[in-house]
Amino acid sequence: MKKTILAALLCGLAGASLAQQAKVDPAAVEAAVKGMWAKAGPEWASSITPDETMKVCSETRNAPSAAEFEKIVAREKATVVFPADGNVMGDWKKGEIVASRGTGGQFTDTPDTYRGGNCYACHQLAAKEVSYGTLGPSLLGYGKARNFSQEEAKVAYAKIYNPQGVLACSQMPRFGHWKFLSEEQIKDAVAFLFHPDSPVNK
Amino acid sequence: MKRTRGKWAAFGLAVAAVALAAGMAPGMAQQDDAEKEIERYRAMINDPMANPGFLFVDRGEALWSQKRGAKNVSLETCDLGEGAGKLEGAYAKLPRYFKDADKVMDLEQRLLWCMKTVQDLDTADVLKRRFGSPSNTSDLQDLVAFIANKSSGMKYQPQLDHPKEKEMLAVGEALFYRRGGSQDFSCSTCHGESGKRIRLQGLPDFSKPGKDARETMGSWPTYRVSQSQLRTMQHRLWDCYRQMRHPAPEFGSDGITALTVYMVKMGEGGEITVPSIKR
Repeated sequence: MKKTILAALLCGLAGASLAQQAKVDPAAVEAAVKGMWAKAGPEWASSITPDETMKVCSETRNAPSAAEFEKIVAREKATVVFPADGNVMGDWKKGEIVASRGTGGQFTDTPDTYRGGNCYACHQLAAKEVSYGTLGPSLLGYGKARNFSQEEAKVAYAKIYNPQGVLACSQMPRFGHWKFLSEEQIKDAVAFLFHPDSPVNK
Repeated sequence: MKRTRGKWAAFGLAVAAVALAAGMAPGMAQQDDAEKEIERYRAMINDPMANPGFLFVDRGEALWSQKRGAKNVSLETCDLGEGAGKLEGAYAKLPRYFKDADKVMDLEQRLLWCMKTVQDLDTADVLKRRFGSPSNTSDLQDLVAFIANKSSGMKYQPQLDHPKEKEMLAVGEALFYRRGGSQDFSCSTCHGESGKRIRLQGLPDFSKPGKDARETMGSWPTYRVSQSQLRTMQHRLWDCYRQMRHPAPEFGSDGITALTVYMVKMGEGGEITVPSIKR
């Protein structure tokens, strides 16, 4: 019960401001999508036909019911693949690059374009970087605030890999789930958050 | 030549972003310098005579009256919703339902329709140049600049009486919240709340009617300094989908029109002052 209440509260937090929802014919939306992306190749399948989780998040405007919330969390949590050796900490210096770069995956990019996590687009991280967005919470001093705990680092790895395994309909991309970032890049990002020498913790 | 040049509202953000992108970020002294620089830049581009967007307006005016296509006629009998050839206020009521085509069209869709039906023009080349570059002009950009400018000083009046207009609004709203792709993004990811920013760029809230939507819609089309081009909302949405890691949307597709209907509804009453000038 307590869990359900918590889930409902979290839903509320995740939910976008609710404008008045007009009745819509799903077939009309699908026709518009098909027409708009008529020439998109198979590599764009996840845009043209979003998965079940995205469908629920879209329809509920990121405020799923408590039951849906738990279903999504369970399903998405199960997708997380931890490094085989259990070590989630990579190179924080490389992690800084992952956090800074916002390239890759755009229709004007090539498959070779470096894929960045673009963390700074939405989060504050190192104090020295003043060009940060505010769509996500500030992560300044993240590892230090958690006493550089390795257990917490694992939680962060899972969160970057698939944020919806923690918070259903989180606005954050499922970086590991979609293989947008490699395991190594996610480890580097975790190190950027958790290494005592990282500017995030200075 | 009659054209409308308005005042410049809500300019600060774009200018601040230019200044900050140029490395004039914090530190108190730096902040003062940045503000002075922003003031200087604002004053400089506050002069409509200095806005290169009006070159596109002029080219659009010439294109509007130029005889083209198999029928060798101009577009001057094209009905943009207010009657054949009537340009004043037409943009303020677009997108809207057109009986002859039996569909809701935005300005670009309507122009392409007129090129085909009025002029019998092969639009392949026009579509190839749908977005201009410094080395390649775009007829569609030029025409949109010219026609939108004829609504400068007016307010957006969303047309929602016809059932197909109502349906397009509902589809546009659904598309606004539709998540997907390799980043799970929807339009609402960035434009669903007030007062948010990506890096240092302020993000207009399009989840509800209000100042953000009114000012944003009222300032497109715009001359983008960083691209040396006049850009339309059609291009802005194409660029949004690029940044969202979705596929490139087809030019003049109904999905883009539906989103535009939704955005115009959120921006209802917004005063049109175009072409504006932005970063």
